[in-house]
Amino acid sequence: MRSAVLIAVMSAVTIALRALPFIVFKRQTPPWVANLGRVLPPAIIGMLVVYCLKDVSLSARPFGLPEAAAVACVAGVQALKRNSLLSILAGTALYMTLIQLAL
Amino acid sequence: MKAQLIRQAFYKSVPVMAGYLVLGMGFGILLRNAGYGVVWAAAMSLFIYAGSMQYVGVGLLAGGASVLTTAVTTFMVNARHLFYSISMIDKYKGAGKYKPYLIFALTDETYSLLCGAKAPEEADSGLFCFLVSLFNHGYWVAGSVMGSLLGTALPFSTAGIEFSMTALFVASFTEQWITAKDHLPAITGLLCTLLCLLVFGRDSFLVPAMLLITLVLALLRGRKEGAK
Repeated sequence: MRSAVLIAVMSAVTIALRALPFIVFKRQTPPWVANLGRVLPPAIIGMLVVYCLKDVSLSARPFGLPEAAAVACVAGVQALKRNSLLSILAGTALYMTLIQLAL
Repeated sequence: MKAQLIRQAFYKSVPVMAGYLVLGMGFGILLRNAGYGVVWAAAMSLFIYAGSMQYVGVGLLAGGASVLTTAVTTFMVNARHLFYSISMIDKYKGAGKYKPYLIFALTDETYSLLCGAKAPEEADSGLFCFLVSLFNHGYWVAGSVMGSLLGTALPFSTAGIEFSMTALFVASFTEQWITAKDHLPAITGLLCTLLCLLVFGRDSFLVPAMLLITLVLALLRGRKEGAK
């Protein structure tokens, strides 16, 4: 019962955070918010890239080399082929191969 | 026509599939080990639908956290969603009946798929985004249930498959970099986050990073207008 309440709280807070901007700026989007809406996406995606790599250690083996190689692979394939499915598959396959072989 | 739109939405969602199935399974396994079975896993993935928060939530449930602690923790972990929503206000404006679900289902990965996406036909934008969101939600719930039921009895090594999430963001970043004329926002995002990671450490840099990014982007805009 207590767990069900906690899950409901987590759900409610998450929904509230996702809905709040839509409710607050329902009538009219102020220019500064509209501008943020334009420039935030690339910045946030950059932030998420860093977030995903936050646990990579540069001072211990393998010094983040599998991650560096796989990130370069994704970026390279994406730049050449402009196909995100292909670049994600290529980078993930490379990463899995690298860490499973090296262990 | 509709079948074609569904196919296109499915194709769009495929990059998220592997990641959500694997991360969902990880969550299901973790929750099972904490003493909560498949119904709990399905309920959390259906109603909370926020990856990292659900991992944190396992600890909250198992540790018997208070309602207040749970609410504050959820707020901190998920505060970044405020920013996703701000940048989707325009995009979801004409979504009509799909809008409530689109807002509910705006996860990191769905955001990254849809923030730069164009529907095949402008008129179908709401339905297209709805379908992509629904597919992703489905993968997440399916992964959680599978993890809870199957546990660790997998026949092959999936070590490293979690990199597909990183790869998804790197691919989005690269694509936006190629299409954008102004690279300052992307650079701002990377540098501000790295700075906050160094200053605040890996457990608590996300919220400061968002605030700093917002501040810098607002200042950049002010400077640009001053120059005009």
